Amino acid sequence: MSRALRVHAVGPEALVEDLGRRGLSGVGVGRSGAADRAALRQANRLLANQEGAAAIEVTFGGLDVEVVGEGSWCCVTGAPCPVTVDGREVGSHTVFFAEPGARVRLGAPTAGLRSYLGVRGGVEPEDVLGSRSSDVMSGLGPAPLEVGTVLPVGCPGERFSDLDTVVAPDLSGEVVLRAVRGPRDGWVADADLLVATAWTVTDRSNRVGMRLGGPPLAHARDDQLPSEGAWRGAVQVPPDGEPVLFLADHPVTGGYPVVAVVVDADVDRAAQLRPGDTVRFCWVEAP
Amino acid sequence: MSAAPALLPYGDRAVLVELGSTEAAVDYAVALRDRDTLLVDEVVPAARTVLVVAAEGTALADLRALLADVAPASAGAAATDQPVVEVAVTYDGEDLADVARLTGLSEREVVAAHTGQEWRVAFGGFAPGFGYLIGEDERLHVPRRGESRTRVPAGAVGLAGEYSGIYPRSSPGGWQLIGRTDVTLWDLDRDPPALLAPGTRVRFVEVGR
Repeated sequence: MSRALRVHAVGPEALVEDLGRRGLSGVGVGRSGAADRAALRQANRLLANQEGAAAIEVTFGGLDVEVVGEGSWCCVTGAPCPVTVDGREVGSHTVFFAEPGARVRLGAPTAGLRSYLGVRGGVEPEDVLGSRSSDVMSGLGPAPLEVGTVLPVGCPGERFSDLDTVVAPDLSGEVVLRAVRGPRDGWVADADLLVATAWTVTDRSNRVGMRLGGPPLAHARDDQLPSEGAWRGAVQVPPDGEPVLFLADHPVTGGYPVVAVVVDADVDRAAQLRPGDTVRFCWVEAP
Repeated sequence: MSAAPALLPYGDRAVLVELGSTEAAVDYAVALRDRDTLLVDEVVPAARTVLVVAAEGTALADLRALLADVAPASAGAAATDQPVVEVAVTYDGEDLADVARLTGLSEREVVAAHTGQEWRVAFGGFAPGFGYLIGEDERLHVPRRGESRTRVPAGAVGLAGEYSGIYPRSSPGGWQLIGRTDVTLWDLDRDPPALLAPGTRVRFVEVGR
């Protein structure tokens, strides 16, 4: 093995993610992939990787990896966090070189939740159904990283990016997600309560979905909705009235009414919300 | 022929196509897949609807035009040229007696009804490889169990609502269990990995009585 990363610490959760599995929802396999796809793509652009190369999605810092074999160009995108190489601060959103044996550590992000450690060539554990993404819902893909995991790193291409630094995103401040009225907005008594409320992200949130605390969205009907397809960004309202915003590892079908669907580009921002953060919605027309 | 399906909004990447029945949803999904279009990234059939996710860069207006133009064959016709998958079942499920009581049939009649009709995979979900199967007669329609089991073994054959299904792996579940099978529903080394993909015809065969 010429290049690899050996894991020494993982923090709350560290997973391999790429852009996910396509076209398999019909047989019960969701898309999965990076929770913040824009951040993954940014890492890959900086490293001149294919846009869908796999990286390590690090939830709330705590990752510590050793560069094994040859040295590697790396960078951290997504939630801005302290990044050190053998104790030397290199910063996020900038490309750095880690020598063989170097330890790359990610601290807790200053704002946001999920940071991405990309490496030139991409991390290449075995793929499953065309993707290296860990899907925490179905259990498909590489197992969550643990101490001792050795991740092979792919062969870097010839080309380098013209860019080695980008501005870190500002993930502080109030977040307003654009949403289109959902196909079942009439199944709750007042769907406009969704945009009139400052919702709190609860700690019962993960890659499957984010639960929002606030005034319950009371159901307007007693009958059950037959199962419908679900997609990233859908806001589903279970009988308890507490909305769930589906993220990367959402179920492929669901039985609760979808009252809103967050605009695709804004779902990446949603995936950076922490438990305790406040989030609002605003209605937009479907294009 | 039924009326044109309703196209409901589903964000800026997808459209939810609403149809009258599960049969109509399967037929629509099969017909859409046959169009093999680059406009579509994902087709997710379900109980009365098909969720269609646009490929990146596709304008929703173009997707809507395509979806309004899909002409499904009449009920079930799209699938009749496919082979029938036979699933061998031992009918000794824990809820067999309850199903008999709920349907007003004897246990033997439940087995005869389950094996005596052709089933079709309407849609997937719940777990990789799980298919919701719809049958031809309504006698086996039963509600889900009042209380979910925390662990249903892999291969358990169940009934819930208008559907029959087989648990691909051990998981919690609330379906009424009538039997078990040894078939492998999900195999990553098989292409496709799911034995029961939407549209597949299925016949249950009793064994080991």
